[in-house]
Amino acid sequence: MENIIDLTVHELIEKLEKKEIKVTDITKAYIDRINEKENDVQAFVTTTCEEAMKKSEEIQKKIDKGEKLGNFAGIPIGIKDNMCTKGVRTTCSSKMLENFISPYDATVVEKLNNEEIISLGKLNMDEFAMGASTEYSYFKKTRNPWNLNTVPGGSSGGSASAVAAKLVPWALGSDTGGSIRQPASFCGVVGLKPTYGLVSRYGLVAFASSLDQIGPITKNVQDSAILLNIIAGHDERDTTCENRQKEDYTKALINDVKGMKIGVPKEYFGEGINPEVKQKLEQAIEKYKELGAEIEEFSLDIAEYALAAYYIIACAEASSNLGRFDGIRYGYRTNKFNSLKDIYRNSRSEGFGDEVKRRIILGTYVLSSGYYDAYYKKAQQVRTLVRKEFDKAFEKYDVLLTPTSPTVAFEIGTRSDNPLEMYLADICTVSVNIGGLPGISVPCGVDSNGMPIGMQLIGNRFCENKIIRVAYTYEQNTDFREKYKPEFKK
Amino acid sequence: MSQVSKEEILHIAKLANLNLKDDEIEKYIDNLEDILNFANVVNNANLEGLGETIGANENQNVFRKDEIKEFKNRDLLLQNAPEQERGMFKIPKVIQ
Repeated sequence: MENIIDLTVHELIEKLEKKEIKVTDITKAYIDRINEKENDVQAFVTTTCEEAMKKSEEIQKKIDKGEKLGNFAGIPIGIKDNMCTKGVRTTCSSKMLENFISPYDATVVEKLNNEEIISLGKLNMDEFAMGASTEYSYFKKTRNPWNLNTVPGGSSGGSASAVAAKLVPWALGSDTGGSIRQPASFCGVVGLKPTYGLVSRYGLVAFASSLDQIGPITKNVQDSAILLNIIAGHDERDTTCENRQKEDYTKALINDVKGMKIGVPKEYFGEGINPEVKQKLEQAIEKYKELGAEIEEFSLDIAEYALAAYYIIACAEASSNLGRFDGIRYGYRTNKFNSLKDIYRNSRSEGFGDEVKRRIILGTYVLSSGYYDAYYKKAQQVRTLVRKEFDKAFEKYDVLLTPTSPTVAFEIGTRSDNPLEMYLADICTVSVNIGGLPGISVPCGVDSNGMPIGMQLIGNRFCENKIIRVAYTYEQNTDFREKYKPEFKK
Repeated sequence: MSQVSKEEILHIAKLANLNLKDDEIEKYIDNLEDILNFANVVNNANLEGLGETIGANENQNVFRKDEIKEFKNRDLLLQNAPEQERGMFKIPKVIQ
């Protein structure tokens, strides 16, 4: 039999249905794998292996008794550590929340629990999701399983690395400016950021509320559609979560792009894009032509504006959202204080890391009187511009195709001292968040050092079905997963 | 070119309830100037006549009934408090 950890979730489900494996086999296989490889990749902040094993035994007992359970009962998962889990600490990879135990579950976690999906633990990230390499975690630096000296990307680096290293069969990440897609690209897995408002943010620790969205990181596109089915849907507790007819995204798993129109914005292939990344993307474009899609190059000159607007808006919202951390009700409290004001200032100064403080300062600056019009107001206008430009593009095209990141995974330590350079890593992904659109990253080859390269497909609002279809067709007609595997190079 | 003075960064830090050490002041001034210089490209965009978009959704009000939903487990809420007494959050004396 094939090794359990090599199977995708839909393959696991098939085997469970046919009674070829037990749910306890699955959990056991992943726990063994975590014990073997977690030391190399450092993907978890907290593991919950014992509880997971217990739960899977309970579920197995029910199955043995002939009880009818849901399709996903007993499937393990990993959860990014910014989603609240009742009873298991939620740290946001910050000293500020090192010992925080949420009194409630996030809506997405509730949905997983309703399906009896089993959490193997909480995955590492950049502190409060601020970063593109997971190097800004207070606890540890997660490694990229393709080369342990390189970063897994970020901020959902733990999630992407854990899926690539097969420590979990799939995971949840969150994406504010590329934090699902970019690490998925760096780690050679599939990452989907849904349309803003498709998935509830209730219980997701807020970074930039108008941009944050939770989404799946998976081995392939089919699993991505399945996990999206589970987590999508209206929630009264998040007023930005839209009340729409529930869709079945697995219906979009159609191996056919004939006649579909794919727009290729030429600005995303210009200066700053690594030539090997460009070459693989061009090969993918050729593949789509072969498969009968209509490809057209066009101009979408918004990437730089969107990136600048992104850092203004995201930091402004972060400075406001992180105002709640005051050392009173929860979170880190300083032991140096005489007054209430001391508690606020010292707890925040000692509890937040360098990058978080930098963004709070930038956000406070752009919102402060005298600068509001020059930065924040302009950025909100850029947001209108970006939406209009995307609207125009989607009048003509079904999906847009770009690189997910201008480069492959970089070496640990090479960018963490230069914030601006780190921010530029998000150039291909942020405009999607600014526009509130869905985007998916799928692997489309490796560079000469064997490091994965990702292709991003962008859809119009709530047109997840189109990006899933286009991504699925590519995957079905290429062989990335069979051909390339992470080797844990040291 | 954006220039940020020491007074300005200290003012901002005060608004944000953060203390900055001397070496942090220098570093954050440099970082902030770098990022602001980059962010200035928003001024090159043609934004004439464009309104502000405050969120990704179409702007609309979302209403619900104003009903109390009780959260019954007070202990779970208090378990994260750094200091508590008799079921309340404890802070230092505010009125001198």
